[in-house]
Amino acid sequence: MEKLQTTPSQTVGPFFAYGLTAEQYGYDFNSIVNGVLTDDYTEGERIFITGCVMDGAGNSIGDAMIELWQADPKGQYRLEPIQDKNDGFTGFGRLGTGTNDAHKFTFTTLKPAGIDGQAPHINIILFMRGSLHNLYTRLYFSDEMTANQNDPLFNAVPTERQSTLIAQRNEINGQVFYTFNIKMQGDNETVFFQV
Amino acid sequence: MESTKNDIPNTKYDLVNFDTQPPLLYPDYKSTILRSPTMPLMPVKEYLQNLRLPAFGASVIGALDNDLTKNARKNGEPIGERIKVTGKVMDEYGHGLPNILVEIWQANSAGRYIHKAEIHDAPLDPNFLGGGRVLTDNEGRYTFYTIKPGAYPWGNHYNAWLPNHIHFSVLGHQIEHRLVTQMYFPGDPLFEYDPIFQSAPKHARHLMVSKFSMDLTDAEFALAYEFNIVLNGKYQTPFENKK
Ligand SMILES: [Fe+3]
Repeated sequence: MEKLQTTPSQTVGPFFAYGLTAEQYGYDFNSIVNGVLTDDYTEGERIFITGCVMDGAGNSIGDAMIELWQADPKGQYRLEPIQDKNDGFTGFGRLGTGTNDAHKFTFTTLKPAGIDGQAPHINIILFMRGSLHNLYTRLYFSDEMTANQNDPLFNAVPTERQSTLIAQRNEINGQVFYTFNIKMQGDNETVFFQV
Repeated sequence: MESTKNDIPNTKYDLVNFDTQPPLLYPDYKSTILRSPTMPLMPVKEYLQNLRLPAFGASVIGALDNDLTKNARKNGEPIGERIKVTGKVMDEYGHGLPNILVEIWQANSAGRYIHKAEIHDAPLDPNFLGGGRVLTDNEGRYTFYTIKPGAYPWGNHYNAWLPNHIHFSVLGHQIEHRLVTQMYFPGDPLFEYDPIFQSAPKHARHLMVSKFSMDLTDAEFALAYEFNIVLNGKYQTPFENKK
């Protein structure tokens, strides 16, 4: 069977917010996804994933959009359709970086478990003005280094670049933050994967 | 806002080598210069084969979410040419993909976005927001009603204008089925001046241009533009990859 040509990607541009992240930015349109990937009832370790996206000049990017997609604390991805953004543990989140001066994103979620020999991780899809194609990377956890070393994908990354995929754990007033900064260029440029 | 730094990273690789895709670094679109990775994307496909994306249920879509002529009315109808935008979301083998989340956003008929950072001196329309969403049906089809967006200027270079376009976000069921693109309108005179449109290889640009369709036009109501979307790879039904 002859293959069709795939539709070219284009940039998300600077004005995605009222369509894709409307509630976060205060537009009068409901959102079906936000920065909270879990409800209050699902059991697991509650964590915050926070960071910035930096350009090649070292400036934080205020018009990027980040999607997270992860397994739950039992290592299972959600299979049932999401009926509402507060519908249990969705494992899927989306935030723009334009609602605070530091251009910081902060997701609320539960720490995933790894299964089938994979370390716990979060899939990240990144979009921004100035990026003609979305970019895929993965977040691994700084307190899971043994599991990370045994993870097939993590192992495929050259050792000197593996640190760009590690989110650093910090506990502040009993809350657990993992910091994951994404660097587009330069020293410690984040590893992106071809899907 | 736009980058003015002109030193271009020394990129030796065609970072995304699918033959219809734009490169990540396209210096005529200046913002790519500081925002594109300089290292090649790592090929790790074999580890991602079974990575599915979330599915959404019909309840996330509001009754007017696919009708941008109605979903933000305050005191009347939005101004401009009402159009129907419809098409099919497919895999590379032409299989229609059901239950795909398609989200759109666009400027109003005057070429003005409602976005707070937008500074183009054109009027807002109190009855038009410009955002919408829909899930594809069992054949992979979707339909929006909206107002034809106007062209608008931007800061990339002197006298830079973007062709009329509607932004599309498509969230399919597999990791390779995540696409953000733009739908253009046939015969736009700005195509030859726009680096974003031209970032796609020449032979692939027509894939982003909708086709006017008299057959799909709603008589005495709205002209139809057909925009089919082909996602990368082959669709696996949810059961295919369970052993
Ligand atoms: Fe636009």
